[in-house]
Amino acid sequence: MICFEGVTLRYPGQRTPAIRSLSLTAEAGAVTAIVGPNGSGKSTLVRALLGRVTPEQGTVVIDGASLAELSRRDVARRMAVVTQREEPVFPMLVRDFIALGRFAHGSLWAGPTAGDVAVAESSAARAGVTPFMDRRTDTLSGGEWQRVRIARALAQQGKALVLDEPTTFLDIAHEMSVFELLDELAHDGIAVLLVSHQLNLVARFADRIALLHAGEAVAIGSPSDVMRGDVLERVYEWPLVVSRDPAVGAPMLVPLRRRSPR
Amino acid sequence: MRARAWLLLFAALVVAALAAIAFGSVSLSLAAVVDALMGRGAPDAEMIVRVLRLPRVALGIAVGAGLGMSGAALQANLRNALAEPYLLGVSGGAAVGAVLATSLSVTGPGLVPLAAFAGAVVAVMAVLAVAQAARGPGDARVLVMAGVVVGAFANAAIMIVMSNVPDQTVRSALWWMMGSLGDASWAGVRWTAGYVALGGTLLMVYGREIEILALGDEPALALGVDTVSATRRIFLISSLLAAVTVAAAGLVGFVGLVVPAIARSLGARTVRGTILASAITGATLVVAADLAARVARAPAELPLGAVTALVGVPFFLLRLRRMS
Repeated sequence: MICFEGVTLRYPGQRTPAIRSLSLTAEAGAVTAIVGPNGSGKSTLVRALLGRVTPEQGTVVIDGASLAELSRRDVARRMAVVTQREEPVFPMLVRDFIALGRFAHGSLWAGPTAGDVAVAESSAARAGVTPFMDRRTDTLSGGEWQRVRIARALAQQGKALVLDEPTTFLDIAHEMSVFELLDELAHDGIAVLLVSHQLNLVARFADRIALLHAGEAVAIGSPSDVMRGDVLERVYEWPLVVSRDPAVGAPMLVPLRRRSPR
Repeated sequence: MRARAWLLLFAALVVAALAAIAFGSVSLSLAAVVDALMGRGAPDAEMIVRVLRLPRVALGIAVGAGLGMSGAALQANLRNALAEPYLLGVSGGAAVGAVLATSLSVTGPGLVPLAAFAGAVVAVMAVLAVAQAARGPGDARVLVMAGVVVGAFANAAIMIVMSNVPDQTVRSALWWMMGSLGDASWAGVRWTAGYVALGGTLLMVYGREIEILALGDEPALALGVDTVSATRRIFLISSLLAAVTVAAAGLVGFVGLVVPAIARSLGARTVRGTILASAITGATLVVAADLAARVARAPAELPLGAVTALVGVPFFLLRLRRMS
């Protein structure tokens, strides 16, 4: 559904590419996670999907069409992106905020139609934010805000959903609820592409993981294939062990201490 | 925004307009104003109301609406509550265009706004380039500093142009630079209102796009907005509105800063609602400020820009403090 085919990405004025010859597919009906240390190029891939970085080589294909040939409105109808940060300067009602997800579907000038309102409401219900619809965005907690942003992305009704570190700063309950929602969405046929630092949750929820290091894919495969102690230790440059999650049996990373406890 | 808030805004505008027609160096009763408006008043009263004050109030409404809408659109576009045409140097650039046109004998209520528009566009490009070279236009203080620099440059350019014109022209140009509705005429009102209606309509048309731009660059791209062309479009429309007001009334600062904040405090949550409420509030503020300018030291007249600055500067400092 989202396909990077031999993609190389380089920021203007930089000698080293941020991403080198990456091939990765986020399939429909699956959660595909991109993990890796800071600066490994994860967010650059999201910026490429937003059109902020143009591939130097290779192509990005979204729902069968080349990204380079699609207008932003076309892209928004096929794929929703929940960016890493979003801080509205001027607060608005959650209801209006979610309805903005319908922008690419309507005419440029018209407001939301009755159909758009219905889609926005069902998206809010799906993301569990219906009780917040008449609240202002500046009154939401971090967890509520992330779910509202996901609701707006769902209102775009794309076949793919991309999220860049959606659970940063969230407590365990909110973090788990976001991951469970993504799992449900994938179950409904959406291609979920997730950038995350939460390796243990990714190991539990993702169908496929791409581990990036210095702009290259070090490993791509199932959680068991990628979450290997030797590989992760080399990439993260930190001693660790990988055991089994006692609850669900998924690989579980345990970072070790370099220094002895005091 | 609730219906009660809209009614309040309209009522304030009507009250301000009636007061501005009734009061001045000669004060008239409400009955005398109504009679004069209906064409059955005393000749002196009809002259004062229909020839002197009504065009002035109408021009004040158009100028205030233009400044309010321009400020609301610029603030959303730049995600910056301190953005407004005067502080950004856009009005200064427009003044350079208008002064250049006047000094080259390009006059007429329809042409001067176009020259002012050209000056405003150059100014906005310069401000954005300066802000970009620093920390980006999203940083309120950097943007205002860039606006101050470009505004100072515009002032210098105006002084150079004026150094080559006759004394009388300098005097009237200086008065205009301080803001005034004193030259109001029905021809000027028609052109100004026409341009303001055009700019306002375009802003309403692109309202949802502006709403999305206000979320930030990446969220806007994700929602399907081509941010580069959309940002440019909104700057052009906002600059047109600012330029038209400068061509009609000179430099009237801080209106675009104050009125969007009032609109939001009254419950405007969408960009379209904020722009519309800013138009009404801006009209009320400019008409009321012009009335204050006329009656404070009657029969002498204070510069309109000075009166709006007396309101706007404390407001600006409060906002800056809140941001800090």
